[in-house]
Amino acid sequence: MAETASTGGDLHLQSLTKQFGSFVAVDDLSLTIPQGSFFALLGPSGCGKTTTLRMVAGLEEPTAGRILIGADDITDTKPYRRPVNTVFQNYALFPHLDIFENVAFGLRRRGSKNVKQQVDDVLELIELGHLARRKPTQLSGGQQQRVALARAIVNHPSVLLLDEPLGALDLKLRRQMQLELKRIQTEVGLTFVHVTHDQEEAMTMADTIAVMNNGRIEQLGDPASLYENPVTTFVANFLGQSNLVRARVTSRSGEHLTVDVQGTTFTMPRARCTSESDDIWMGVRPEKIQVNATAAGANTILGTVTDTSYIGVSTQYLVQLGFGQELTVVRQNDGAPILRPGQEVYLSWEPAHTFGLDARQDAKAGVEREEGELVPAGDAS
Amino acid sequence: MATATEPTRVTGTRPASPARRRRNPWTWLREHVVAIVAVLAFVYLLLPNVVVIIFSFNKPNGRFNYTWSHFSTDAWTNVCGAPGMCESLALSLRIGVLATIGATVLGTLMAFALGRHRFRGRPQTNLLIFMPMATPEVVMGSSLLTLFLNLKIPLGTTAILIAHVMFCVSFVVVTVKARIAGLDPRLEQAAADLYANEFQAFWRVTFPLVAPGIAAGALLAFSLSFDDYIITNFNATTSSVTFPMYVWGAAQRGTPVQINVIGTLMFLLALAAVVTGQLVSSRRAGRA
Amino acid sequence: MTATVHVPGGSMPAAPVEPRKRRASKVPYLLLLPGVAWLLVFFVAPMIFLASQSLQTGSIEQGYALTWHIGTYGDALSAFHSQLFRSFGYAATATVLGLLVGYPLAYTIAFKAGRWKNVLLVLVIAPFFTSFLIRTLAWQTILSSDGPVVGFFRATHLMDLLRSLHLVAGNDLLSTPFAVVMGLTYNFLPFMVLPLYASLERIDIRLLEAGGDLYARPFTAFRKVTWPLSLPGVVAGTLLTFIPAAGDYINSKLLGNTSTTMIGQVIDGQFLRVLDYPTAAALSFTLMLAILVIVAVYVRRAGTEELV
Ligand SMILES: Nc1ncnc2c1ncn2[C@@H]1O[C@H](COP(=O)(O)OP(=O)(O)OP(=O)(O)O)[C@@H](O)[C@H]1O
Ligand SMILES: [Mg+2]
Repeated sequence: MAETASTGGDLHLQSLTKQFGSFVAVDDLSLTIPQGSFFALLGPSGCGKTTTLRMVAGLEEPTAGRILIGADDITDTKPYRRPVNTVFQNYALFPHLDIFENVAFGLRRRGSKNVKQQVDDVLELIELGHLARRKPTQLSGGQQQRVALARAIVNHPSVLLLDEPLGALDLKLRRQMQLELKRIQTEVGLTFVHVTHDQEEAMTMADTIAVMNNGRIEQLGDPASLYENPVTTFVANFLGQSNLVRARVTSRSGEHLTVDVQGTTFTMPRARCTSESDDIWMGVRPEKIQVNATAAGANTILGTVTDTSYIGVSTQYLVQLGFGQELTVVRQNDGAPILRPGQEVYLSWEPAHTFGLDARQDAKAGVEREEGELVPAGDAS
Repeated sequence: MATATEPTRVTGTRPASPARRRRNPWTWLREHVVAIVAVLAFVYLLLPNVVVIIFSFNKPNGRFNYTWSHFSTDAWTNVCGAPGMCESLALSLRIGVLATIGATVLGTLMAFALGRHRFRGRPQTNLLIFMPMATPEVVMGSSLLTLFLNLKIPLGTTAILIAHVMFCVSFVVVTVKARIAGLDPRLEQAAADLYANEFQAFWRVTFPLVAPGIAAGALLAFSLSFDDYIITNFNATTSSVTFPMYVWGAAQRGTPVQINVIGTLMFLLALAAVVTGQLVSSRRAGRA
Repeated sequence: MTATVHVPGGSMPAAPVEPRKRRASKVPYLLLLPGVAWLLVFFVAPMIFLASQSLQTGSIEQGYALTWHIGTYGDALSAFHSQLFRSFGYAATATVLGLLVGYPLAYTIAFKAGRWKNVLLVLVIAPFFTSFLIRTLAWQTILSSDGPVVGFFRATHLMDLLRSLHLVAGNDLLSTPFAVVMGLTYNFLPFMVLPLYASLERIDIRLLEAGGDLYARPFTAFRKVTWPLSLPGVVAGTLLTFIPAAGDYINSKLLGNTSTTMIGQVIDGQFLRVLDYPTAAALSFTLMLAILVIVAVYVRRAGTEELV
């Protein structure tokens, strides 16, 4: 156990590819996951998350590519020789063993000493010490989930893989377990690779998020930079909501970029535009848009409120621009009067909150989750 | 328990007046016909066992124990009093145990091959295993006899044992294979993930989970072997009389009451074993 | 019965072969070897010997020689065709009766028994615990001419009904075709009930409720939902009843008379008493082939391949 605590435990995936027949489930995937980090693999259903994890765990053979932990190439290592443990999507607790023996399983296989002490400690950590002699079927979903976690972390693996560990839990328990998982990760200091398709879950828990789509990584970074600076329309839409407006670059001067949207001029930092082409999608997050009664300064455009939905902590508006496109605007309910449909308003936003994406990308990529936005946790698959 | 679900379903789909339905005996009969048939079926199934038990306390007038004469516990106090019966019972038990061991070992191995591996010849193997179950006993018995006669293999206990293993093995395969098929493959993967090599994963996870299926297959094999008359009769000699053969002979010459005692004891022992098993497993499930 | 392996449609160009070292494993063959060898030597080989025996001529004293004498089949069939047809007739009747009795029983256990399910299942297999010869002998007692069952049949004119169906001859139940068919039905009823129960139990109760919503009449719901879903159990149960019943002779011997003789009895007698091996082998082989044909046709028509 102690052998993994030091340096050189980063997980490297190099050009990892997995094909099932002619179907490419994971496509030339390369990334490095620093030791001790909480890493989230986020993506829609079927994008290859589970397959990636199973290759790291050794339960699936890659079609091509290498997997390394530190300098050790484990691509061809048997699963039971890898310093990797998994929390399975449906827990896979051994039904014929009680909780204690489930947790002790890995320790016993490796002939570890002080099995009792270690198991008791980890059961204490997950606050289930009093249920040690129950069978898995006699536990609630949340308790089973924690046992599955304990069964893995008691082995102090170099990398802990979690495949939608919270997928089967209801919203409230899920939020609670997210915090608990984060607490345990901080406490034990292991590398967690957490698979989820719940963006909120990924953002609240992870140090680094990789957004995956169709077997590839679209973007990788810390939650804030992914959210503030998406580099593809898929990421812009999948991670929160985005307004994408077609724009033409009119000048690139120094640090700034000037674009034209149907006659209105906007500026944005040049560094926030990922496209070198003149046709771009200009993007802005709904909560970054200011709503004013009068035109004030640059980056302003006139529109008409067409829809108002009151959410409690905030209100979401649809505002139609002169050329027909609707923008989503979210305003905190800080006492300002609620706007009524039909009202004309001026929308403006900071140039620094604007981002530019290549116009050849599909503006609708990754938006399937529209109705899921308000209740993001219910759609476990 | 039947009545708890039935009325809600009926009223839910068919808003008929419940009062009227209750009064009309024909309607009542029609609604409960399934349950009535089920009760009659149980009577049908269990009546002979009841008769066997009752007639184990008979003191028949003639050689045959077919009509009630008067109550006696003679047969119970002198179980081996019927000449040859206990010897035949011992032989049946011996063959039963050996055949069960043989069929369970062979059948379990085959079940793992079929349940866990893809290989060429799989459909043919399945057919080979299915065939003995689709063959009447008289055909299996007579064909084995032909083999033994042609190869000049002596009949008797060994021949019977060979035959029993042969016709029991398919039932073991089917029982164990069903259990293997119901196993979550992720459990073995979880074991591999938790540092169990292939052997340990099998021994610590797969085997304990398949064991109830193996036990069920073994029990089935034992009861098939213990109860077989037709195939056994083809391959037996006068010095290898199994219990069913003894009973058959008795049916021609005169049935000692002790046969019923054995029948009753088998019934009660097996019932006790099943009930204990049920109690233990439900106690275990309900504990803590 | 094999899990479908997901294979992408053939329209795609052949994929680069997975470098999965499929370890052209010897393991399954090693596991299969003893069992398959056993079945080949003691099941398949005897069948070949049986076929060969049926084509030999000679006598037990002078020995037999393979003369490919097909005529034995013709002789055997012309002598014993009535026993053969009777066997299939009895077996088919017992199968239908078993289904009529067994289905309600399995249905009740699966859907109406609640927590008594296990107890009732034990009661279904409980008769097995006593040797079936002993139980068949018990039927002799139950059906004996001065017993209450016969009295009931006489009093309710059921006896007349059976007589008009030629299932009994005189005024008794024992030693009649009725007793034989009843005994066959009884003996193989658990083989009918258990597969039926297994397939009924697998049915999602919500499907039945949905069926009840869609089809107002419970019988229509049964016909459209429950029955089709239970078909695998019906096929397995009827086969497990029909096949052994067709070859059985215990019931016809213990509960019937000389005019209820079934083919198994003839084979047994020819082999063990008459010692006419070719005729016995020919009959045995004919029975086997006839059953295989019936089963094959039946399984094809029922459209179920999930037997093993
Ligand atoms: N054994 C397999 N054979 C063929 N295709 C497979 C196999 N396993 C997965 N796939 C396919 O590979 C793709 C990726 O599957 P994977 O399980 O990795 O998705 P996922 O991202 O984990 O999805 P989810 O969020 O729904 O769990 C899917 O399209 C799936 O259909
Ligand atoms: Mg998955």
